[in-house]
Amino acid sequence: MSERPTQPDNTRIVRRLLLTVVGMFAFGFALVPLYNVFCDITGFNGRFTDGQAAANTKTVDTSRTINVQFITRVNKGMPWGFEPEVQSVRVHPGETKVVNFFAKNLTGKNMVAQAIPSVAPGEASLYLNKVECFCFNQQPLAAGSDTAMPMQFYLDPEIPEHIHTVTLSYTMYDMTENAQPDALAALAQPVN
Amino acid sequence: MSTVVGEVDQHDDHHHHAPSGITRWLFTTNHKDIGSLYLWFSFIMFLVGGSMAMVIRAELFQPGLQLVDPHFFNQMTTVHGLIMVFGAVMPAFTGLANWMIPMMIGAPDMALPRMNNWSFWILPFAFTILLASLFMEGGGPAFGWTFYAPLSTTYSSDSTALFVFSVHIMGISSIMGAINVIVTIMNMRAPGMSYMKMPLFVWTWFITAFLLIAVMPVLAGAVTMVLTDKYFGTSFFDAAGGGDPVLFQHIFWFFGHPEVYIMILPSFGIVSAIIPAFSRKRLFGYASMVYATAAIAGLSFLVWAHHMFTTGMPVFAELFFMYCTMLISVPTGVKVFNWVATMWRGSISFETPMLFALAFVILFTIGGFSGLMLAITPVDFQYHDTYFVVAHFHYVLVSGAIFSIMAAAYYWLPKWTGHMYDEKLAKTHFWASLISVNVLFFPMHFAGLAGMPRRIPDYSIAFADINQIVSIGGFAFGLSQLIFLWVVIKCVKGGEKAPAKPWEGAEGLEWTVPSPAPYHTFDTPPEVK
Repeated sequence: MSERPTQPDNTRIVRRLLLTVVGMFAFGFALVPLYNVFCDITGFNGRFTDGQAAANTKTVDTSRTINVQFITRVNKGMPWGFEPEVQSVRVHPGETKVVNFFAKNLTGKNMVAQAIPSVAPGEASLYLNKVECFCFNQQPLAAGSDTAMPMQFYLDPEIPEHIHTVTLSYTMYDMTENAQPDALAALAQPVN
Repeated sequence: MSTVVGEVDQHDDHHHHAPSGITRWLFTTNHKDIGSLYLWFSFIMFLVGGSMAMVIRAELFQPGLQLVDPHFFNQMTTVHGLIMVFGAVMPAFTGLANWMIPMMIGAPDMALPRMNNWSFWILPFAFTILLASLFMEGGGPAFGWTFYAPLSTTYSSDSTALFVFSVHIMGISSIMGAINVIVTIMNMRAPGMSYMKMPLFVWTWFITAFLLIAVMPVLAGAVTMVLTDKYFGTSFFDAAGGGDPVLFQHIFWFFGHPEVYIMILPSFGIVSAIIPAFSRKRLFGYASMVYATAAIAGLSFLVWAHHMFTTGMPVFAELFFMYCTMLISVPTGVKVFNWVATMWRGSISFETPMLFALAFVILFTIGGFSGLMLAITPVDFQYHDTYFVVAHFHYVLVSGAIFSIMAAAYYWLPKWTGHMYDEKLAKTHFWASLISVNVLFFPMHFAGLAGMPRRIPDYSIAFADINQIVSIGGFAFGLSQLIFLWVVIKCVKGGEKAPAKPWEGAEGLEWTVPSPAPYHTFDTPPEVK
């Protein structure tokens, strides 16, 4: 095998290929933040920019009415009651509305929950502004107690013409194991 | 190409220190030995994965639950898929690459022989781990070979870590194999063997290897995220912790779609070698074949979300992925056209490799057409997760990829063993496979269109007749593969002596060395004109 005149440089190619492998492995993980940024910008997948929207200063567009529906569910095995006060409201773009959601801890333990929102169609999530929402924070609830949680929102008048119905869905997850300290502190106060 | 005269005695010249017995195989760095190991391993995995398919078809023979419980059924569909993809099809192609690429480009061996040994010998461990997980408490992986979160995170059995590590090992093996192929092709070509003179099997594997390097690490990332989500409290795919289960599907299919081309591009190379050989004509449109392969590989990165039309994507994204997917049929159509044009006015003979290659062209095209149907977003909402999808990907993978591997095996068996295989028996294998594969997979289209969901152990009695036919086809196809095993063993043990070039119209450097190919070939590089 020594008859081959010059042994070509394998190491250089191998090094480059291995770098590509490492790079693609990192790319797989980079997809996670990229996906979040992409969804936040485009509203794909109905995800929210979680933050609180500025107070409503828009002019109300009374020429249009949009039906906003509410869906609530609890994650599998989550022993809470969770429902909106109304199934849907009709709003004009630019008009501020408050809707209450009711949650009840059906267990004998203090629990902390987090509601995760999702909007359909995804496009509408860019125009749905929440001034106040229980979903911004974790919800502590003492054993057996219930609470009303307000959600204040308005639709941006820029919302595309073809959108007539917006569905806002919340799923309540059990976060007792991973609760934030302030949520836990709220529960630490004695409940009688 | 006649410079290899005198290579006949070569074997005797090299009283190399090759150990004998088991250590020969354990420590071998010879590309032919490693190629054989890969091929035998993949055949064993083909039978193991096939047995699982038999369990699935036996359970589905009648409506209702009779033989296995649903959880075990789910493990069967999952492990069948994993084994066939990572254990049967991919190692078979790597085995063919090991055997043929050095001989086709006039190289004495693969560029990195020790790594070659590693990339094979970690595979049996990967599959032992995967198969062992079936016997663990709670069972093996039961979430489908696509391991969608949260099925693979929140709801999976405790053995999921074993699944994750076995996929890691399979990935490392594929990546090492791909690096080896690329370095070999770039650095070891014989003088005069320019890129555009390489046989198409070498070209298609070259491109496949780059696909492997690009996407196997992404798969490794996906399984790692599943691992940390399940065991270490991360929330990549858990909505409660700010993650997103749909993100899993994006990452998985970013790997998964190029993966399906990894499993078909080498087939294109094989068929592009066999059809000209038995048509006694040069391949029509060599350059366009190379460009079409590269185009398919490039496009494969832009179509992944066509697996996810029903996840609620915006219409714009659905249209984008639909059009890109349909665009792939253009370079694929170029290939099919070229194969047909090669046969046009050729002097065709129908030996078994040619029969398998012809069946490949027709049946792969059927699978391609059902793929086009699935690419159309609005109708995909009906087809999604039905037996129509099962029919589609089995047409492209079984009567596509696996038929091409069979064709390759028959085509090169005389070169590997030095004996002609039993043509009559081989033709029996072909016709039995051809008929049974269609009885097996064709009716699945109708079951799917009528709404039968995939991956479910029970079904409406309305589907009873179709499933009975499918199961009978399945058992027949499974049994037919034992004929293949028989032909191969018979051919290894003896048979009519094969000349250096047993096929009249065959071209390429591999036919310039004697049959069986000596242990070392092309120690002196051949001159390619």
